[in-house]
Amino acid sequence: MDTAITLGVDGEVYRLTVDTRTTLLDALREQLDVTSPKKGCDHGQCGACTVLVGGRRVLACLVLAGTADGAEVTTAAGLADGDSPHPVQRAFLDNDAFQCGYCTPGQVCSAAGVLDELAAGWPSNVTADLTTEPAASRAEIAERMAGNLCRCGAYVNIVAAVEQAVEQATEQATEQAAEQTAGQARR
Amino acid sequence: MRPFTLATATDAREAVRLVAGDPDAAFLAGGTNLVDHLKLGVATPGALVDVTRATSAEITDLEGGGLRVGAAVRNSDLAADRRVRERHPMLVRSLLGGASGQLRNMATVGGNPLQRTRCVYFQDVTTPCNKREPRSGCGARGGYTRYHAVLGASEHCLATHPSDLAVALAALDATVHVLGADGERSLPFTELHRLPGDEPERDTTLAHGELVTAIDLPALPPATRSTYRKVRDRASYAFALVSVAAAVELEDGEGWVREARIALGGVAHVPWRAHRAEAVLRGAEPTEETFLAAAEAELVDARPLDGLDGGNAFKVPLVTRTLVATLRELTQERES
Repeated sequence: MDTAITLGVDGEVYRLTVDTRTTLLDALREQLDVTSPKKGCDHGQCGACTVLVGGRRVLACLVLAGTADGAEVTTAAGLADGDSPHPVQRAFLDNDAFQCGYCTPGQVCSAAGVLDELAAGWPSNVTADLTTEPAASRAEIAERMAGNLCRCGAYVNIVAAVEQAVEQATEQATEQAAEQTAGQARR
Repeated sequence: MRPFTLATATDAREAVRLVAGDPDAAFLAGGTNLVDHLKLGVATPGALVDVTRATSAEITDLEGGGLRVGAAVRNSDLAADRRVRERHPMLVRSLLGGASGQLRNMATVGGNPLQRTRCVYFQDVTTPCNKREPRSGCGARGGYTRYHAVLGASEHCLATHPSDLAVALAALDATVHVLGADGERSLPFTELHRLPGDEPERDTTLAHGELVTAIDLPALPPATRSTYRKVRDRASYAFALVSVAAAVELEDGEGWVREARIALGGVAHVPWRAHRAEAVLRGAEPTEETFLAAAEAELVDARPLDGLDGGNAFKVPLVTRTLVATLRELTQERES
């Protein structure tokens, strides 16, 4: 049985017809040729299909495309700002945070989600005091990235890369806040 | 995968009408378990009704410090809520101890307690399973039983309930609001799930077409300390071997136990409310001996299983140690 949906994917708008059994992952890869999200386990266990939907990281293999009508999907291929890579992408390159690369688009999207969740002050299972804003320690990053498996075992460098990306994002936010304050003072 | 129709319900009444009137229909919320079951052939509905827009996605204050959590609230949003983090550490830890960041962003508070067991025989359609296919037999009996029940199992089913959140909700005395074809009703969370008996295909006491619309979290006395401790085969992203949700209130914050609420995960077909352990604790001094006596009282009827993997007798001492350690953590002065 078919259903018609509209998807925003990495800045493009697509109108397509999908079988109700189609997952978001299969709609992206097989119908739209958006192959950045990967099919690993197809059962929600490996994280290779991680994309951002409405800015939040989710597993595309467990979303029925028919329920994603009107969604704004961002894949790792759409994270960059033009030719300028996303801080997470830059950090993965700087830290050699991959070997074969198959899990990387999912890792990158997941890490982008982690950055936002940390900025919003979300706690994790390793946060000692739930009432505080958690700091981005290596333990916090490893726990938050636990849903992304890497069969090459590049975890050490992945954690380092996310650590760098969090630091850069924090610096950027601080600079922006300072600029805003300065701008307000000038007015 | 069997073909199915897919509808999106924009309010709860419409969702209930669509599912209650069709024995072949099912509600679809976060999809983290059901979509997988569609692929595995464990679930074969002819119609799915997306309910993520049919119920509230808000957390609202109730009189007296309680909170009402809409069924469509995502697990990650409940765990991030400031009020919940301050009032219910046990609940937040149960949420954050479950699944992964991606899955918590998808899973809903209404759907999470209704997820099915992760018994490997239930999920493998080539093996017998009384829960999946009534009267087909039980593949787990004499099979791999590491993740199976030690309390309340029946000859027909040895499965455990997989939700972490449900264990905390059982300990908290939460209330479930349900809408069905005959109207609204509320029930204590501890009455939502049922032991397998001779109908293991029924996980809950809900009728077909009844939709969870909200869950109420009662206020706890301010001096109550609570937490959730989960023991698993790896440090993260794994189901519980055993888990303990506990809330304890001491007289003047340091004396005898005024109130204790405990539930166990990974041990039974339901999130197991530990009434016997609570009775031992209430009115007693919070000592190691009391904690051990509480665990012993709760595990009196434990029936460990044999299995190809050595069985699950390890769960009896593991529950004892985890419960004692959790109670010790909650009743000793914490350095902050």
